[in-house]
Amino acid sequence: MGSFEYLKLTGVSYGFTYHNFVIEGVNLSIPKGRFVSIVGPSGSGKTTLLKLICGIYEPWNGDIEYICNDCDSIFYHPSVGYVPQIETIDWNFPVSVQEVIAMGSWNYKSYLPWIDKKLKNQIKDTLKILGLSGYEKRHIRALSGGEQQRVFLGRALIRNPDVLILDEPTTGLDYVSREKIFDILKTLNNNGMTVILSTHDITHIANRSPWVICFNKYVIAEGRPQDVLKEDNLLKTYGLSDYKIK
Amino acid sequence: MIDLLLPFQYEFFIKGIIVSVLLGGICGLAGVYIILRGLSYVGHGLSHAAFGGAIVGNIAGLNYYVGAIIWSYLASFVIYEISKRNKIKPDAAIGLVTTAIFAFGVLLVSMTNRYTRNFESLLFGNILAITEQDLYIIVSVTILSGAFFFLLHKRLVFSFFDNESAKISGIKTSYIELLFSFVLATIIIVSMSSIGVTLLASVIVGPAISARLLSNNFSNVVFLSIIIGSVASFSGMYASFFLDSSSGPTIVMFITLGFGITALYAVFKKIYHSHSHGGLSHSHPHLHTDEHRHEHEHKHP
Repeated sequence: MGSFEYLKLTGVSYGFTYHNFVIEGVNLSIPKGRFVSIVGPSGSGKTTLLKLICGIYEPWNGDIEYICNDCDSIFYHPSVGYVPQIETIDWNFPVSVQEVIAMGSWNYKSYLPWIDKKLKNQIKDTLKILGLSGYEKRHIRALSGGEQQRVFLGRALIRNPDVLILDEPTTGLDYVSREKIFDILKTLNNNGMTVILSTHDITHIANRSPWVICFNKYVIAEGRPQDVLKEDNLLKTYGLSDYKIK
Repeated sequence: MIDLLLPFQYEFFIKGIIVSVLLGGICGLAGVYIILRGLSYVGHGLSHAAFGGAIVGNIAGLNYYVGAIIWSYLASFVIYEISKRNKIKPDAAIGLVTTAIFAFGVLLVSMTNRYTRNFESLLFGNILAITEQDLYIIVSVTILSGAFFFLLHKRLVFSFFDNESAKISGIKTSYIELLFSFVLATIIIVSMSSIGVTLLASVIVGPAISARLLSNNFSNVVFLSIIIGSVASFSGMYASFFLDSSSGPTIVMFITLGFGITALYAVFKKIYHSHSHGGLSHSHPHLHTDEHRHEHEHKHP
């Protein structure tokens, strides 16, 4: 069985209330192995777009498909790893770092409730990649924001996904934590993983990503950061017609 | 001198002890998932719905279990459907749906004038009136529900912790949640006649919140909740023999006592924290600056 060549969105629209589109007429083509940062203001529909790509929402109009020419099945769908905004997590939930990461491999011996030795070793290896060795038994609330974010990244990575989707992975993090996450994502991308993330951080994340999409309800511009992150595009994206970007 | 083994000479008591330990354990197990799903009120609500169903079933000439199952499954489904549409929280849906179904049962009783003591025992529970058939049903439901939680543990935890990510990773979260509601309703129905509609919420939520105070690890919380539920139910049942009290309320008192003890222990443990430095384990008071980061009251040399 082959792998997808690109992810294609054709005329995708979606909303939460009738006649009120959150995103409208989105056309996108993301080739396998690309590192994409989606920038846009709060409420621009970035999270909704990511959730549509993940398959949580069904588009009202249009199609989302993974194009794969040499796949055996027409129902081919790549493995997707999703890292949510950590603000949505219930931190009182009694789970350790090890238990959170193990959730990602729920379908490994799925009817046994415990984590076996093989999975424990796999979790250990994942934590090593993330720079969190020895954190297995810690409760998730006892970690810093950057560490928590990396744990959720670990949960997505243990599935060994083809596509990694992250919703604002660096929001609220300090410089070092942000850099650590960006470095991990760059390494994963260099090894062939497709990375799609949304971010508010134009200077440190979007500006250093190989490909950027300016998004506000629809795609305003896309391309290399030096071509896209320009005043006119950013003014259109953020809707600040009288604001001067320095 | 009191003969401590005296109660075990009576068959009704042995039957009662078996039932209370099984129900204490299975309610303790289900309770962990319930509180983590944010459905603490569901035990109280569904038991009322099942009570309404039992009355309707009785008036319609059906078996008690049949009426209760139909009514509480219906209530579970309606609650699930309402709360699935994010605008209404599950607790609000539980409050409305289960009370309406309960009220319908009471309305029928008042209209048909067929109120019997049988329903009074459903309200307050009578563990000593358990029949052989009830015992078999309780044992079967305990085994099947235990198997459900054992086999679907990973799916349940992932769905309750982070529903959207679970869905993306391929878990059919809607089916899992609906199935969970039905299993829960079944546990509540079989517990009703022993523990009582009005007392059941405590047996479901009490052990789980006590266990939650003792551990941050999901597996440990589940294990502790089963133990606390079973031990408190056993103790309550055993004590009720010597106190000559109703078994249901005595069990609830022991569960509440268990919560009190664990709450005090949790407070004490937080203040007087045991830990180790360089392989040397010791305990002493700490000043907590927030939930997890703390400073020593006495600095180490």
